Amino acid sequence: MPDGIPGDDRIEAAVRAVLGSMSGDLTAKEATLLAELEGLGRTIARAKAEIAALSVDDITGAHIPSATDELDAIVGHTAQATNDILDCCEVLERLQSDVPEAAAAALQGAVTRIYEACSFQDITGQRIGKVVTALKAIESRVEAVVANAAGRAAPPAAAPTPPRTEGQELANGPQLPGGGTSQAEIDRLLASFD
Amino acid sequence: MDKTMNVLIVDDYRTMLRIIRNLLKQLDFNNVDEATDGQEALAKLRAGNFGLVISDWNMAPMTGLDLLKEVRADARLKHMPFIMITAESKTENVVAAKQAGVSNYIVKPFNAETLKEKIEKVMVHA
Repeated sequence: MPDGIPGDDRIEAAVRAVLGSMSGDLTAKEATLLAELEGLGRTIARAKAEIAALSVDDITGAHIPSATDELDAIVGHTAQATNDILDCCEVLERLQSDVPEAAAAALQGAVTRIYEACSFQDITGQRIGKVVTALKAIESRVEAVVANAAGRAAPPAAAPTPPRTEGQELANGPQLPGGGTSQAEIDRLLASFD
Repeated sequence: MDKTMNVLIVDDYRTMLRIIRNLLKQLDFNNVDEATDGQEALAKLRAGNFGLVISDWNMAPMTGLDLLKEVRADARLKHMPFIMITAESKTENVVAAKQAGVSNYIVKPFNAETLKEKIEKVMVHA
């Protein structure tokens, strides 16, 4: 607090100052106003105490790190599973020369579709990365709000980062369904430049 | 189209590098090298002799768009066919890539036919 008085005490001091200046000559309306003011002061003080008493250490020390670890594990598991699938596809491709031409073509068509489908791992990985970033942002905001309510110094701000390039600024990851541009629309857009 | 040319694929997801490499192999491109971000790709492009770059956008520390700009600013590399394959599907991304000189743009998830079609298209103009 700039004047060295804790926040709750400042509210109380303000209420007392108003009460003191008005005592003796209170009208009914002023008495009601003062009662409401006192009630408001108590509500604010209670809210600040509740925020300060939040188990923020659980949130920032356990819940969010645990959630991000779980998400990282999902990325790791899907990457491993995708690599196992790709291993099998490569075996099937090597077998193409051992089977009749029609079967080889069918085999290649199926393997190609599996390759296409396996790109899900990239997309889901990027989506999970966006969730992890959001969780970390929530964590730092929660820490700052609780520190403020408890009268503690806010966590130190992150070190200044170098200016972001255009490529970094525009890197938003996969869009939700309906939020991006289709390949056909992109093709038309590129053609419009020619 | 010279299918013996060297192709550089750039993506920070190893599985995606493997998928694109295998799809290129199906198209008879067997000389494929890999990089996992723009900086590594740029070093390889400057040191080697490549005929085509296929790059992701969202990588650190150097993104695909920043790699594209470096390639177009390099006297030896500036005419290199450059295909972006990315999940970045906003119009502003496509416009920025086009303005930076991208040869073609494929949005993930993509299919093998789209990859083939775009490679054929950019190599005709190479």
